[in-house]
Amino acid sequence: MSEREIVLTVNGVEHRVRVEPRRTLVDTLRETIGLTGTHVGCEHGVCGACTVLLDGEPVRACLMFAVQAEGKAIRTVEGLATGDTLHPMQQAFMDHHALQCGFCTPGFLMLAVGVLERQPDITDDEIVDMLSSNLCRCTGYVNIIKAVRAVAAQGRVA
Amino acid sequence: MTAAPDGGKTFGRDVPRMEDRPLVTGRGRFVDDIRMPDLLHAAFVRSAHAHARILGIDAEAARRVPGVAAVLTMDDLRPHLSGDRLVTALPSPSFRLDLHRPVLAFEETAHVGEPIAVVIALSRYVAEDAADLVEVSCEALPAVEDCRAALAPGSPVAHSSAAHNLVAEFHLGYGDVEAAFAGAAHVFREKLWQHRGGGHSIECRGLVARHDPVDDLLTVWSSTQTPHPARQILSDLLRRDPDRIRVVVPDVGGGFGPKLVFYPEEAVVAAAALLLGRPVKWIEDRREHFVATTQERDQYWDVELAVDADARILGVRGSMIHDHGAYSARGTNVPYGAAAAMPLPYMVPAYRLDVRCAATNKVPVTPVRGAGQPQGVFAMERLLDRAAQALGLDRDEIRRRNLVPAERMPYATPLKTRGGMQVVLDSGDYPGCQALALLRAGWEGFAARKATARAAGRRIGIGLANSVEGTGRGPYEQVRVRVAADGRVRVATGAAPMGQGTRTMLAQIVAEQLGGDMANVDVVAGDTAAVALGFGGFNSRQAVVAGSAAHAAAIAVRTRVLAAAASLLEASEADLDVEGRTVKVKGSDVTIDLGAVARAAAGLPGFAVPGGQPGLDVTESVVIDEMAYANASAVAEVEVDAGTGTVTITKITFAHDCGRVIHPGLVDGQVIGGIAHGIGNALFERMGYDADAQPVTTTLGDYLLVTAEAIPAIDLVHMSSPTALNALGVKGVGEAGVIPITAAVASAVEDALDDLGVTITGMPLSPAGLLARIRQATTP
Repeated sequence: MSEREIVLTVNGVEHRVRVEPRRTLVDTLRETIGLTGTHVGCEHGVCGACTVLLDGEPVRACLMFAVQAEGKAIRTVEGLATGDTLHPMQQAFMDHHALQCGFCTPGFLMLAVGVLERQPDITDDEIVDMLSSNLCRCTGYVNIIKAVRAVAAQGRVA
Repeated sequence: MTAAPDGGKTFGRDVPRMEDRPLVTGRGRFVDDIRMPDLLHAAFVRSAHAHARILGIDAEAARRVPGVAAVLTMDDLRPHLSGDRLVTALPSPSFRLDLHRPVLAFEETAHVGEPIAVVIALSRYVAEDAADLVEVSCEALPAVEDCRAALAPGSPVAHSSAAHNLVAEFHLGYGDVEAAFAGAAHVFREKLWQHRGGGHSIECRGLVARHDPVDDLLTVWSSTQTPHPARQILSDLLRRDPDRIRVVVPDVGGGFGPKLVFYPEEAVVAAAALLLGRPVKWIEDRREHFVATTQERDQYWDVELAVDADARILGVRGSMIHDHGAYSARGTNVPYGAAAAMPLPYMVPAYRLDVRCAATNKVPVTPVRGAGQPQGVFAMERLLDRAAQALGLDRDEIRRRNLVPAERMPYATPLKTRGGMQVVLDSGDYPGCQALALLRAGWEGFAARKATARAAGRRIGIGLANSVEGTGRGPYEQVRVRVAADGRVRVATGAAPMGQGTRTMLAQIVAEQLGGDMANVDVVAGDTAAVALGFGGFNSRQAVVAGSAAHAAAIAVRTRVLAAAASLLEASEADLDVEGRTVKVKGSDVTIDLGAVARAAAGLPGFAVPGGQPGLDVTESVVIDEMAYANASAVAEVEVDAGTGTVTITKITFAHDCGRVIHPGLVDGQVIGGIAHGIGNALFERMGYDADAQPVTTTLGDYLLVTAEAIPAIDLVHMSSPTALNALGVKGVGEAGVIPITAAVASAVEDALDDLGVTITGMPLSPAGLLARIRQATTP
């Protein structure tokens, strides 16, 4: 299949890559660009492990082609921390034991960061509703909910 | 950081997890994150038939696809392997059929998803394109879907080479059951269906295999729970010195049981890497996880309970049919675990359960978190509820009369483990645990709340279940502890983390003896190059067995550290302590770095070794054959919509006892995660097949996992009855949460519908299924 050259802007950095039109965004991020922090859990848009932010909006990177993401600002888990300083959401996940195996964690972090940036006054119930869009098999969600509520309560997300 | 009652310097404390920082920053290293030059990618051609004879495989078109390096079938692999089947089931005299999985199916396929061929290509995309072009000519054969029908006379057979479908049969029990029932005041009988789904770690399976010709070393990075057993199987199959194979477990995105099994894909990819002289990666996708990764499924129970006039148990008996799937991948441990778990919390003078395992044309069944124990608990608790109901007793009261009392501990049951060892309940206060759960749940006041709700048109209910779980499966897990020349404490083991925080747990145990500085401890886990022997992660075992070995090794290293330092400092060992990264003379400023002690202890040519023994390096394998029995009492509150059959779990109160706690936060996390899994088993998770054994739930849209909004309020209550079976006093906790949940939820749903006379005899409880039960009960 023929390849196309596209430019993807990931965490503020431009990457000029050649991809087949059928190549998914998540495979391109992971394999072509080498950012393996975004994970693949189901490839059918249910688990949310591949969640990244596209122009600030959480999307399933397994359900998009890379060519569709050209010209958009893509943010992944690798872009959350500033140097050695963790993003408040990352810190809250650690503080509240909101991860066990950590495989779903990047997707949850990007989901929560994306939603809280757009909706800083989100209620506790809305947080549970929002977190229901991703799957975690380890934690039973209780500590993920705690962590996100703690960040929301402090209004620290941006 | 908070100290638990058991708190030491690091042991018993909520220390930060050493695993977390890479995982929250996207710097974890899961198997699919491993990249290397020349890497090829595998895609498997799988059976579309539940049961079929393979007439031929035509791979020519696939081989011609640009970018395809190889297409391999069993005929291609056979010359390079010691055999064409994986013999991995634990031994048992109960087997009536040998159903070992083929490495790749060659004469017959026995379930949808069974691997038949593999395509190795430059990318997974190309490999999948080519896999579509592999033509497998098949003649469909009759398929066996229902495990009960499988055992009926005249049933089709799941394997055409077998005369029947009875894979294994055994009974578990003791005492004079017939006499117990003959003399009973009351007998109650329940026919139950229980279904559990898959493991569904969010990371599916996968591996990378690479042969390094310089060292003649085959390295396999596998998302497995059992690295050392995997190495042995590869060694046998590839006829390769085990020292020339290294199995490494990278970060693992959840295990939950199925990853303890060795799979055909691991053998094929490792063999392909050797054949092609290039590294090969295979990453399972979710659809494959549904059709090729082992799962738990159906059990049909027909059980009876005999009690005396005071509702004291005289005996339990019955039979159970277990859906074994198409092959024996692990053995009979799921039905064995179910049968063994059934009577455990209670004084049951006589017991007999006859178990038959039926071959079906479905994915092989092996343990999923809980490993049959939730089913055994469900069966026992359903019988107790039925008896309480019939005898007009409170559900808590009938249990109180029959739970093993604390003063009888250790309580020797006549049961035997699968290894033939006597089951001795070592410690715990089961009635106390139940009482604590009831108190916290507000059990006494619930009747009033229920009446109020009912008056307002809402149906709420409460239910109770007790469970006792054998944890810490032996015999041992090897752990090496050493102080390196840089002063760092290095811990190495074959124990395999999959999210529990195993590295943190081991570091806490070791740091407790060697300075108390978690930041000075490195842990290598799940690596066959780290220690010679090992098993891995399953059966709630690693804190018990690996923890005990880490403890023993750390104490031994500490002894050597102090002996060497005493010699170097010309001090008495009794005056020394390890503090942080130094050895200190107590009450003085005199210290020596751990690194300096390590260098000195390594010795110099011609000089005496300080302390007498070379090296600060000890490997221990503490053998613990007896299992440590943890216990739990769960109270579930539900609200039921009788018009739609919808059940909402509103609260779980969970009292449990896992002995001494190494890390309170990790223990809570394990328990809550288990409870969530139990909620899935109670309400959502069903691996569906149609009558022809075609799987019908092969996406996470069809097969429902628990989401955040399904999680109720969870109240955890801890008891601590240290076991005497290991020096740390710990019991396993990885599966504790899941075990009593379905039983507690069933009890609560019945309570919510008590005026309608609805009985709950199966799990999971779908809205449609419950609605049918309600209609059945209310239709005159």
